[in-house]
Amino acid sequence: MAFQILLNFFLAFIWMFLSNDYSSLAFFKGYFFGGLIMFALRRFFDHRFYLINVIAVLKLFFIFCSELVKANIAVLKVILSPRLSMRPGIFALETELEKDWEITVLSNLITLTPGTLVIEVSEDNKTLYIHAMDIDDVEQARLDIKNTFEKAIKEVSR
Amino acid sequence: MIEISKFIVGFLILLGALFSLIAAIGVVRLPDTYTRNHAASKSATLGVISILLGLFMYYLLIDHHANARILLGIIFVFLTSPVAGHLIMRAAYNSGVPLWEKSVRDDLKKARKVEKSR
Repeated sequence: MAFQILLNFFLAFIWMFLSNDYSSLAFFKGYFFGGLIMFALRRFFDHRFYLINVIAVLKLFFIFCSELVKANIAVLKVILSPRLSMRPGIFALETELEKDWEITVLSNLITLTPGTLVIEVSEDNKTLYIHAMDIDDVEQARLDIKNTFEKAIKEVSR
Repeated sequence: MIEISKFIVGFLILLGALFSLIAAIGVVRLPDTYTRNHAASKSATLGVISILLGLFMYYLLIDHHANARILLGIIFVFLTSPVAGHLIMRAAYNSGVPLWEKSVRDDLKKARKVEKSR
């Protein structure tokens, strides 16, 4: 992916040299046309076209923001309820992610989701131990993590 | 226009202050280290972020001056506070701070036992 971005920059500079115009407008024009050329020639790269990855990263960022707001509303409800009726506990979650940065992003996301906080990642990077504020909806939380977060992270790293 | 921007700024800053207050109440009210850490690491993050965002909006909309340092501050808080929460949690667990009596489940304890018996 980094190679494709670099190539696109390179094409933009070639456009600037060809048109003998060294303004930022010329750079953006060159970047745009270079992107089109790279899209046309995408089957020669060994990864997919990099704009799809960029869109996936943006999606992940939006998930981060919306989860942060949701988590705060959930915590707010627990704190301001008159009686403490929650049932905290620690549960284990198997993860399919392998690379270090993926697991870091996943545990940051889990920390920001409603009522969950990562305590420990096991030695072999396969299990996350998560402290949940309300253990009753663990299965729900597990499904959420599996379906939305892991999927979004995989989408970025593919 | 200036009224609308004042409204946005005021709303963001008040919201941030409210979240910080709720985080503080949570730290006092919740029963054990772990649940307190939930309140502190989540609500305080959003509180600080929205106060900083309100400040950024104030400079942008009223003084017409984009202050990039505030945006960097938001990014740093956003990235570091979950990690800080995780580290405090882990240190507490490893030094043997007990869970609340009403906690129902502890998978990590089982895993530790298996590890020791090996």
